[in-house]
Amino acid sequence: MEPDFLVRLILLLPLAGAVFNGIVPLFVPALRRREGLIGSVGTAVVAIPFVLALYLFLSFEGEPIVATVYTWMASGELDLSFAYRIDQLSLLMTLIVTGVGGLIHLYSIGYMHEDPGFWRFFAYLNLFIFAMLNLVLGNNLPVLFLGWEGVGLCSYLLIGFWYTDLKNSAAANKAFIMNRVGDFAFLLAMFLLFKELGSLDFDVVLTEGPAMSQSTINWVVFLFFFGATGKSAQIPLYTWLPDAMAGPTPVSALIHAATMVTSGLYLLARLSPVVLSAPAVMTVIAVVGALTALVAATIAITQNDIKKVLAYSTVSQLGYMFLASGVGAFYVAIFHVMTHAFFKGCLFLGSGSVIHGMHHVEHEVAHHGKGALDPQDMRTMGGLKKYMPTTRMTFLLSTLAIAGIPLFSGFFSKDEILFKAFEYGYDGHVYAWFAWGIGILTAILTAVYMTRCYVLTFEGKERWPMAGEVHPHESPWTMTLPLWVLGVLSVVGGFVGLPAVIAHGELNWIHHWLAGEHGPVLEAEVHTHVPLALEWGLIALGSLIALVGVGLAWQWYRQHALAFDARLRSAFGKLYQWASELYHVDDFYRATFVRAVVEGAEEGLAPFDRRVVDGIVNGVAKLTAGVSRGLRLLQTGIVQSYAVAIVFGVVLIIALMLFG
Amino acid sequence: MDISWYLALSAILFTIGVLGVLLRRNAIVILMSIEIMLNAVNLTLVTLSQSMGDVTGQVLVFFSMSVAAAEAAIGLAIIIALFRRKLTLDVTQIHLFKY
Repeated sequence: MEPDFLVRLILLLPLAGAVFNGIVPLFVPALRRREGLIGSVGTAVVAIPFVLALYLFLSFEGEPIVATVYTWMASGELDLSFAYRIDQLSLLMTLIVTGVGGLIHLYSIGYMHEDPGFWRFFAYLNLFIFAMLNLVLGNNLPVLFLGWEGVGLCSYLLIGFWYTDLKNSAAANKAFIMNRVGDFAFLLAMFLLFKELGSLDFDVVLTEGPAMSQSTINWVVFLFFFGATGKSAQIPLYTWLPDAMAGPTPVSALIHAATMVTSGLYLLARLSPVVLSAPAVMTVIAVVGALTALVAATIAITQNDIKKVLAYSTVSQLGYMFLASGVGAFYVAIFHVMTHAFFKGCLFLGSGSVIHGMHHVEHEVAHHGKGALDPQDMRTMGGLKKYMPTTRMTFLLSTLAIAGIPLFSGFFSKDEILFKAFEYGYDGHVYAWFAWGIGILTAILTAVYMTRCYVLTFEGKERWPMAGEVHPHESPWTMTLPLWVLGVLSVVGGFVGLPAVIAHGELNWIHHWLAGEHGPVLEAEVHTHVPLALEWGLIALGSLIALVGVGLAWQWYRQHALAFDARLRSAFGKLYQWASELYHVDDFYRATFVRAVVEGAEEGLAPFDRRVVDGIVNGVAKLTAGVSRGLRLLQTGIVQSYAVAIVFGVVLIIALMLFG
Repeated sequence: MDISWYLALSAILFTIGVLGVLLRRNAIVILMSIEIMLNAVNLTLVTLSQSMGDVTGQVLVFFSMSVAAAEAAIGLAIIIALFRRKLTLDVTQIHLFKY
């Protein structure tokens, strides 16, 4: 089949699904209750593009294919088309988006069962897939930006999905506004590029971009990176992501873990030739990524809400990916995007399954009048492995994957990131050492907080009230099937990127695919290579860290459960206190930016609006009224006065004709 | 032939008509004044037609007279309808369109 046609199909099917699920039930209320129909249509329009993308992937010959759907606008130098680019990078991203997306759609059928907004949910989810595909497939920056904004919109709609709760709407607004800050930088970067190059097509940007003046390149890359910190939740704009957990859990899995938040990494990988020409900004990227990884990991240890732990873990893992981009290993970042999509998707879906089960418990407990409990709070969980074997098994597998236990997927990608950082440092870039050190520290923390999360949830004694009488049940098959698929993928997914020590990197498929001869992703050149023995040593160190971290945390929390948190608190004192209070970043933003805007509006703009703007509007109205009050006196209603006017007019005209 | 006398008469008649329309209050008199103006114009037409030897002007007068007749009929009908409602023909008393 024609790739051109397939691309259209891949893009338009999710859009058609969004229209069907979103517009039709608006006018046909009877359709809203047809969960089977809506759910299967919603899932099919994502699953079919996955199959098509798989076909494109298997028949791909190495040369990028550009499919132009239609010319959007052409004016002067600007020539914008809805053009889509199929190459190694966009194909891989499309497979991740539609594959993981399809599974999460399937999962949502079970999770959103009996929700009155079932149809709305699927419409938003389909629209999200459409926007995300625009983002990863677009052949020029404006189409990418269109997708970038589209996923932001869908994220906003889905975080505030249960909008009757003010808390959710506030979280949605926060996410939207913080993303706008980043998007502003993105726009500036595009303006700058257009001013310099006169085109925003990737072909032009990637070939001519590196030839711009150094300061321009620095600005462009820095602004794009700042845009990415918004969407991909990095310092300083990361605080929206934990709040975004207000949305339904499948949304957290799809948008706020697996796909949307990784678009910043995609952007950097796509622009890798330009990014590599700005070494100064790469330093910033690596350092910011590393610091974000560390900060988020320390917060994750102190959280009790299962989704908050996973959210901070996501921020932390995204930090890792930026660290990789900052040392010029863009393909490794994309590798980690992929494995992270598997294990974090699985973890979030698992937490959704747990919340689903705990909802039942909450309901029963409230029914018996034994108080309220928060279905997301790990402090009232424990011992769930007895009741939810599938959820527990897949959660365990993906926990081991994210902790970096050898041979699990996370091990390969994380180890590759740390190795690349080390190698870059070995090559003489001091900042990469720093990033590497923080990466190692974060790896320990990751193993600890994820094990804590798993043990508190699934092991030990049941801690909810009435534990003897009520207990949660395993979720239906639509929810457990995606769990199994993602669980298995998070075990085996790492084998596509075997490290260089094995067969001299010949088996590192993802490296050949993305950064090979025809690959679209460049990587930093390294002049002095790390000796083989040291490389093995680093792998051993990484494995050791993961094993020790998981082992220790397992023992601590298995034995003491919640009591160990108290012990940590007393051991680390202020540090723990700070971390559990999120380092007051939100408070700082509230005290500065939010307050400045709100008070500025109340003190400065509101009076200005009342006095000046309203004054002008009312003044114009009063002026009109006054003038017409005078003018209407001309309307005497007496015919003869009009006749006088006519005669004088005629006389005037004649006089003008005679003497004028 | 000196046409200035004819034109002078026509101008005087027209002025009388205009003044009648502007100054008199009785609607019927106003109507009559309009007729005087029309006839003043007719006189001009005939005069100039004669002096220039072109009969078109005289033919036009016939049209003008027939239109004037129709206008007079409609005007009188309006005046009758007005009188039935207002019981007066004083145009200063009839000012429905006053502000």
